[in-house]
Amino acid sequence: MSEFKGTENYIATEELQIAVNAAIALEKPLLIKGEPGTGKTLLAFEIAKALNKQIFTWHVKSTTIAQQGLYEYDAVARLRDSQFGDSKVNDISHYIIKGKMWQAFESEEQSVLLIDEIDKADIEFPNDLLLELDKMEFYCYELQKTIKAKTRPIVIITSNNEKELPDAFLRRCFFHYIRFPERQTMIDIINVHFPNLEDDLMDEALKVFYGLRDIHGIKKKPSTSELIDWIRLLKLGKNTVEDLQKIDYLSTQPPYFGSLLKNEQDYEHIAKSKRSTQNTFRRF
Amino acid sequence: MFLDFFLLLKEEGLPVSISEYLNLLEALNKRVTAFNTEEFYFLSKTILIKHEQFLDRYDLLFGKYFHGIESSELEKKEIPKEWLEKEINRLFSEEEKAMIEKIGGLDKLMERLQQLLEEQKEKHQGGSKWIGTGGTSPFGNGGANPEGIQIGGKGGGRSAVKVWEKRQFQNYSSDVELNTRNIKLALKRLRILTREGIEDELDLPTTIQKTSKNAGYLDIEMQPAKKNRVKVLLFFDVGGSMDPYVELCEQIFSAAKSELKHLEFFYFHNCVYESLWKDNNMRNNDRIPTFDVLHKFNQDYRIIFVGDATMSPYELTALGGSVEHYNDETGIAWLQRFVQKFPNTVWLNPSNEYYWDGVPTIRLIKEVFKERMFPMTLDGLSKAMKTLKGKKVTH
Repeated sequence: MSEFKGTENYIATEELQIAVNAAIALEKPLLIKGEPGTGKTLLAFEIAKALNKQIFTWHVKSTTIAQQGLYEYDAVARLRDSQFGDSKVNDISHYIIKGKMWQAFESEEQSVLLIDEIDKADIEFPNDLLLELDKMEFYCYELQKTIKAKTRPIVIITSNNEKELPDAFLRRCFFHYIRFPERQTMIDIINVHFPNLEDDLMDEALKVFYGLRDIHGIKKKPSTSELIDWIRLLKLGKNTVEDLQKIDYLSTQPPYFGSLLKNEQDYEHIAKSKRSTQNTFRRF
Repeated sequence: MFLDFFLLLKEEGLPVSISEYLNLLEALNKRVTAFNTEEFYFLSKTILIKHEQFLDRYDLLFGKYFHGIESSELEKKEIPKEWLEKEINRLFSEEEKAMIEKIGGLDKLMERLQQLLEEQKEKHQGGSKWIGTGGTSPFGNGGANPEGIQIGGKGGGRSAVKVWEKRQFQNYSSDVELNTRNIKLALKRLRILTREGIEDELDLPTTIQKTSKNAGYLDIEMQPAKKNRVKVLLFFDVGGSMDPYVELCEQIFSAAKSELKHLEFFYFHNCVYESLWKDNNMRNNDRIPTFDVLHKFNQDYRIIFVGDATMSPYELTALGGSVEHYNDETGIAWLQRFVQKFPNTVWLNPSNEYYWDGVPTIRLIKEVFKERMFPMTLDGLSKAMKTLKGKKVTH
């Protein structure tokens, strides 16, 4: 059984590696939750790359129903074709459009199936997939046959925690919560993206970044992907360590601040809190 | 194997079951991880815990269960202090003893050794310099290996803090602070999907039926899409004892306004009497008779009262008991009217549930509302919404 250790572009912590390997070894779906921007969706792609497998992605929307992952029966097309006397009409399988799960089940070699943002759909959606995730098979009523997985795909499910997932569904999965990376892991991640970044610029940028995250009351804290975008802009703009040291959020904002903080209420909140600490010092 | 650990988790309320335990054993059997405590911690976390609200509890229980086992792993040889002193007195010459006194005595010496052991560990170098005694001490250079010597019985100074001891998941419990987003999601549970309005969706079954009746010529039938059309009335208690909860109420209010399409709100003070108001600035002038409210809205409406239900009993049960005016009927009579008219009614109480039983008016109101009083936490809100949903309403 191949082991997942992260890839050259994706730093996986030890506990994430163990979670992935456990899920693969025991053939259970892996449910991934975490703060937005911590690489949940990316994980599935990196697993596929690391283990050299094909990946099928099912991006769930609020209107998605479980059936769409299996197949859809295009009745209207069949009705339309019958109007014109097309002989295709006689075979119903022409009108069965296979969904992502069906495609993953039918693949000759083991594949990776990503069900992205499962909490976006209706609250009962995960319950509709219980049998499929458990036994990796489902019954196609129109074709009157059971579709079974030739090889069990590696199923990665991500959730943004917008809805509570039903217990019966959670039972069938392993679970991992991707914590926000600690400073050392973050340095590794940045090194992957910017191998030639100067150490002091990285230190200063991380100071600003974690400082922002520490300010109490911010609605949307900047996350990993925002940090990477920001550093990219800093490099493009040839900003220096001095530019970053001048930041005090009152007269000097960080350069390209908009890439870090996306909520205007947060801007006001920071200005307010910095002003109040300034006033506290003035009193003495 | 690890059965006691599993049972401990179960006893402490974590929702683990036998199948998860068997999965864990299977994973160990398949050698998914190496056999050390930290990797076992990660492995059992991913297999047994299915929600981040339990992660902190798991960390605590893991630490508690494996605490004894951890310390026995490290081989610490404890050297009793008295023996050390005796040996030093025996081995050291007078000059050496004087030198030790100069440094600050035996304790200082031990401290220094401890310090150097820590430094040695961090820098990964062997043979640190022994400053102060000019290289003549029985410890250090070439002497007994300092690794594994626990000095003076003080424990724990050397081992790093274990991952589970860091308790990084302390915030992820379900009694979390409400913010507007969470409230909206809790309110989303109050969904009654009906088909009303513009017909913009294909009604496939009817289309097929009509087309077949039409000898195969397509006859399309449309229907309006399903939308959440639940109708809600919100009654807020304002002023006085509700002041500490203003922010919370505002959050609920704004979430409700955006989430629930048909929403009407009214204010009252402490208890509902014969009139309500919609604008707190105009509350003395612009009053709406409660009877109007009772008659205007039909039984489909879901009613939510938000208030701490805390007042002097006479405000609730006595004529003329209201603190602001002389009411002809008791407050409780008015509340009973609401409960009778609207079958789907709940009361949300922001005050601490622990103290509810101690306040007579809370108990009374809870009774009138048939026990449908819920705290204003995420859990309470979800339960309230579920209760409100009641029987399906079909149009």
